[in-house]
Amino acid sequence: MERMRARVLVVDDDPALAEMLGIVLRTEGFTPSFVSDGERALSAFRENGPDIVLLDLMLPGMSGIDVCKAIRAESGVPIVMLTAKSDTVDVVLGLESGADDYVVKPFKPKELVARMRARLRGSQDDMPERLTIGTPGLRVVVDVPAHTVTLNNAEVKLTPLEFDLLVALARKPRQVFTREVLLEQVWGYRHAADTRLVNVHVQRLRAKIEPDPENPQLIQTVRGVGYKAGIG
Amino acid sequence: MARPLIRTWRGSLQLRVVAVTLVASTLMVGAFGLIAAKSISDGLVDQRVESSVDVLESGREQAVKELSALAGSQDTWLPRVATELVKTLASQPGSGNSPYEVLLVPGPTMVDLDAAYHDGFGHPAVATSMSVPDDLRALVSDGRAGKKFVETTIDDKPTRPYVVFGTPLRIANWGSFQLYYFFPLDDEAESSAIVGRTLFIGGTALVLLLAVLAALVTRLVVTPVRVAARTAQRLSAGLLHERMTVKGADDLARLAGSFNLMAENLQQQIVRLEEMSRLQRRFTSDVSHELRTPLTTVRMAADLLHFSREDFPPEAARSAELLQDELNRFEDLLGELLEISRFDAGFAQLDADAVDLNPIVRSVVASFDSLAERCAVEVRVKIPQAPTIAEVDGRRVQRVLRNLVGNAVEHAEGNPVDVELAASDTAVAVTVRDRGVGLKPGEEKLVFNRFWRADPSRARQTGGTGLGLSISVEDAKLHGGWLEAAGEPGAGSVFRLTLPMRSGDRLLSSPLALTVGGPGDDAGDNDEHEPQEAAGGVHSG
Repeated sequence: MERMRARVLVVDDDPALAEMLGIVLRTEGFTPSFVSDGERALSAFRENGPDIVLLDLMLPGMSGIDVCKAIRAESGVPIVMLTAKSDTVDVVLGLESGADDYVVKPFKPKELVARMRARLRGSQDDMPERLTIGTPGLRVVVDVPAHTVTLNNAEVKLTPLEFDLLVALARKPRQVFTREVLLEQVWGYRHAADTRLVNVHVQRLRAKIEPDPENPQLIQTVRGVGYKAGIG
Repeated sequence: MARPLIRTWRGSLQLRVVAVTLVASTLMVGAFGLIAAKSISDGLVDQRVESSVDVLESGREQAVKELSALAGSQDTWLPRVATELVKTLASQPGSGNSPYEVLLVPGPTMVDLDAAYHDGFGHPAVATSMSVPDDLRALVSDGRAGKKFVETTIDDKPTRPYVVFGTPLRIANWGSFQLYYFFPLDDEAESSAIVGRTLFIGGTALVLLLAVLAALVTRLVVTPVRVAARTAQRLSAGLLHERMTVKGADDLARLAGSFNLMAENLQQQIVRLEEMSRLQRRFTSDVSHELRTPLTTVRMAADLLHFSREDFPPEAARSAELLQDELNRFEDLLGELLEISRFDAGFAQLDADAVDLNPIVRSVVASFDSLAERCAVEVRVKIPQAPTIAEVDGRRVQRVLRNLVGNAVEHAEGNPVDVELAASDTAVAVTVRDRGVGLKPGEEKLVFNRFWRADPSRARQTGGTGLGLSISVEDAKLHGGWLEAAGEPGAGSVFRLTLPMRSGDRLLSSPLALTVGGPGDDAGDNDEHEPQEAAGGVHSG
């Protein structure tokens, strides 16, 4: 089955980089569109309806963080940040504002494309599955084919990545997943990437489904090992 | 009990001043009081003695006159006269108010006197020759007059102080007597006691007053010093706006003034340094962004060219390859320069978390599989069975280990490389041991210098930048850990990374030894890790 050419919105203020990205993306089979400042990014996003967004963190006008938050507020489309800063503060700030992944400049084109593909692939199997975690008073139900999550019967909006993370944990409740295993299963990265990705996304997921994210019940941290889903 | 006492003693200037004042003034006032009491009571007694001498003199004259009227020792009137005589003498208006005792003892020559009277005639009561101190009696028997102070009891009353006067009486022609007067010194003793008590009370009050005074005066001085100390503490804790209040124009006000001036200057310096550091960080961040964006474009362009190099003429194809390789080097160098400048600017942050080091070590070693194969080096790994969980920054540890293992494989010259991980209660350590060229004496410190190369002409296979170990040292330091090296020419070298188990703890020793060659030779035979004392080497922290 021939997949439709994925549409990519590139938000970057550097014309040379944007053009080069365009060349690389077209050769890799994407359909790129470009916007060079933050303020127009949101309207361009609405017009183009891209499948994935490449977002530079340092932008004139509106900062990449704000653009990221604005897009996330209305869509769960995968966002990959392009950043020149690899400090934890910057990376975590970007991920917390809603990005799914990040690549640090200068990146290898192959790496960027691999990460974009991983984000576009989504969950492969759509088996008719209903997963339940939590206690009777705090029940999270995941309907895998319908891509919906309910917390005590109220629907919770999750991004595809958060959804995949929750499904991975909920399929094997009580089993402890290391960050490396989650990176491989959820992100599709075979070679140990940055485990901060997992930490931030677990926090984001907790913020959406845990009544008290500081004291998590549904997604528990196993010190020195990783995370597990809690059931009653 | 004694320890806090000593601490208080050493810690409080006020306490010491008060204590010293107390001791010194007690000694001084005590000495003065003793001397004063002594001279006053001596004066009283002297006065008493002087007046007593007159009584004694007149008594002696009267006694001699009356006894001389008798015919001799056989005179039957003698006892009656003597009894009457002492009665008269004792009722004379004497010195002082208290009644005194008179005793007339017949001399030893009067053998024919009735034995009943040998003890003498006394008035008013019971004094006998036995009451007289022996040495005084001897003196008087010798024919001389004298006096003696004694504490004795004559009647049934409790022991009292007396001054006893003795004088010989020579009765012309027929014999001799000894006349003794016992003057009680009750009054004088009482007066002395009153004086002593007064002096004691006055002295004690004076000493206490001095102590209080010393406490007040030291307080006056110590309080501003304590305020200064507290202010200095708050300043050093980062409250740069903290100042002392300046009151008056005395020395203490000058102290406060100078202190404030110092604080002001310090604050300015700190603010300036902070500003510089902020600018430096800003610059680093800007350079980082400004350089990385074009580099990304170049990188992608080079990748594209490299990918299609087979369609190019040979010169262009080779150029594309060179471009690609050198871009890799350039990128590494840029990355490490930025990393180093981040450390220099004090901007590096430890992102510590409880992680298992076992998979980190394994994955680092695995990432060098292909290089190890190319260099025909066997990398042997010794890792404890149980997870080695420590609070560390996984990314930094990984970076350090990648450096160490990469260097070791590159310098192993085909000999095996041993990577060993061990933990104690307080620390975790990784040693990376190669059996290659080793390090010359002194080089174990130089290896951590920026851009230092053991052999500048040496061909490098991994294209290291010369900054790797410098960054690794900074990474170790950031953890509060050590990165040390040791080596012997020809025998190989060993690098040891030691990190505290809990972030922020102080390292005291490393669980692994820093020895060249070492236990790796029998790797696999022995899985136990004995904690050992740190060997010599360079502590990076």
